[in-house]
Amino acid sequence: MTLILTALLGRLPIGYLQLTHNPGRLMAALAGVAFANVLVFVQLGLAGSMLESVATPYRLFQPGLMMISASGAQTLSDASKIPRQWMIRALAHPDVEGGKEIYLGQAKWLSGQQTSSSIQFIALNPDAVDFVRHDLSTPLSGLALEDSALVDLRTRFIDMGVFENTSPDAAITFEMQNRQLRAVGSVTIGGGFGGDGVFLVSDQTFFRLFPQRSSAAPNHILLKIRPGANHDKVAGELAQLFPADTVRVRPITSAMAEEQRYQMTERPTGLIFAFGVGIGLLVGVVIAYQVLATDVADHIREYATFKAMGYRMNFFVSVILEEALILAAIGFWPGLAFSQLFYMALAHLTNIPIFMTSERAVAIFVGTVAACALSGLMAIRKLKAADPAELF
Amino acid sequence: MMDDAPIIIEGLDHTFGEGEAGKQVLFGIDLRVERGSLTVLMGPSGSGKTTLLTLMGCLRDVQAGSARLLGTELNGADEETQVLLRRRLGFVFQAHNLHESLNARQNVLMGLQVHGRGEPGRHHLAASHLLETLGLGARMDYLPANLSGGQKQRVAIARALVSNPEVIFADEPTAALDKTSGLAAVTLLRDLGRLRGTTTVMVTHDPRILELADSIVTLEDGAIVRNETLARAG
Ligand SMILES: Nc1ncnc2c1ncn2[C@@H]1O[C@H](COP(=O)(O)OP(=O)(O)OP(=O)(O)O)[C@@H](O)[C@H]1O
Ligand SMILES: [Mg+2]
Repeated sequence: MTLILTALLGRLPIGYLQLTHNPGRLMAALAGVAFANVLVFVQLGLAGSMLESVATPYRLFQPGLMMISASGAQTLSDASKIPRQWMIRALAHPDVEGGKEIYLGQAKWLSGQQTSSSIQFIALNPDAVDFVRHDLSTPLSGLALEDSALVDLRTRFIDMGVFENTSPDAAITFEMQNRQLRAVGSVTIGGGFGGDGVFLVSDQTFFRLFPQRSSAAPNHILLKIRPGANHDKVAGELAQLFPADTVRVRPITSAMAEEQRYQMTERPTGLIFAFGVGIGLLVGVVIAYQVLATDVADHIREYATFKAMGYRMNFFVSVILEEALILAAIGFWPGLAFSQLFYMALAHLTNIPIFMTSERAVAIFVGTVAACALSGLMAIRKLKAADPAELF
Repeated sequence: MMDDAPIIIEGLDHTFGEGEAGKQVLFGIDLRVERGSLTVLMGPSGSGKTTLLTLMGCLRDVQAGSARLLGTELNGADEETQVLLRRRLGFVFQAHNLHESLNARQNVLMGLQVHGRGEPGRHHLAASHLLETLGLGARMDYLPANLSGGQKQRVAIARALVSNPEVIFADEPTAALDKTSGLAAVTLLRDLGRLRGTTTVMVTHDPRILELADSIVTLEDGAIVRNETLARAG
């Protein structure tokens, strides 16, 4: 190791030798860096799982345009109602091939004496097979059967195990809104900000569950665009057809990205995650600084001797940065391993879509290196105490 | 004719602290050290020997008067000038000041590395060779913690000598050693110095070392009270 580092650095790896000379301190430092890593990983994991749960319902649909009332356009589930006539108007555009209404409603599902889950219903016409993801087209047409539903296997607070093998031939009956519903299939979406789970039903079933809702006032309108047409361009042209500030027409992917941005930047949740990441970084910087500064203080006579020998400031900077990078590069891995375990435990216990992504791992590695380097640069101030005149 | 004495000091004063609290410890020092000589500084404790040594050795800023080291005026010398000068010097401290996490050879290598990357193989050889000369051939891979006081001091001497410095400054290099190994260390410094034409300035109280000196300078209360050059055969 010393030989490799010597070749790499073009000098003796003083930082490495110094760190490994004191294994107790090295271990403590690595544990600290790993701990800070876990903090940041958990925060970013939770933030990532939030973005993921925001995105999942949008992914039910084929790429296309989505119309939504301008009020409540931030999220999929808070959408206000819009007149269905707007769809007719939009269909007049030469690049719009078709349109379908989406109705949203919330209802409680009492699954036991104590537990209940809030279910977000997404309803659309069973004919709309061209508007949903390919694997959903067949289950969707199955919803034409009165009072049938696709239930969400990831619904929170309820053990959905019994629903795992539901099919049109092996439907399971359950009660909601005082109606008997039949689970004829399942989806995997999970709880988000609109509820604890998402159930898909046909528009007809929806109106029976929510008798006060009218087919003339859907929450969203999906538009299918002629292949080859530019979605953004069509969206812009369609928006011109309606009074300003009444409706927003966007590609579904943009709507998804906008809601993710909204949840991360304009809701307290996003702030909390940012705060958590900040705390993690701070803990890491403080621990690394503490270790590096103590190490400098412990070797102040040696550093003063090196100064007397004619070593320049940049030599000391490079030794301290060498130490910082070693701490970062080694401390990261146990942090990553622990976080991976933590994600798995969390996903298992809470059903939230939390998992490691390589982008996140790389980003946190880079962040760790930067944070440790910052600590090192702060510890360099301690070198001022190294005065070669005091050596004799 | 150009004066080639490595150290020429004229009217050097030094004061610690400022204003009322200031304490002047050196008064109008004039001193000339010849190339290749072994000059011993002596005098009672607190007479200013160490202070003078650190000023000559470019480890402390010169406040008043003139000190020329290897042809460069130290009064007002900037950081870079100091760094470059220090690389032409060797220091042996009273405490060995070896780096605890570097072994003997690595400590000596630090004396070479300051001059740049060089050829690692050649550096290695030079360090090993010098340690062998100093009788430490079997101890090169030992950490300082596993060396005796005398061995550590010899490693420190090797570190100071390995880059062929033009001037060596030593402050009571034998204080931490017993009599025999102390004398051996100084003899070694002097012999290597002679061999290479190195100038050595050494603070010491050890009377036996005086016999080895070319010149003895005595300080009292911050002033030179005696400066004897010893006629030496050869
Ligand atoms: N950093 C300092 N700050 C203030 N005063 C100092 C400092 N270093 C030395 N002195 C004072 O300067 C005077 C000369 O000290 P110096 O160390 O040069 O003496 P010395 O001849 O080397 O003594 P010794 O034989 O005890 O080593 C002493 O009075 C000492 O107290
Ligand atoms: Mg002294």
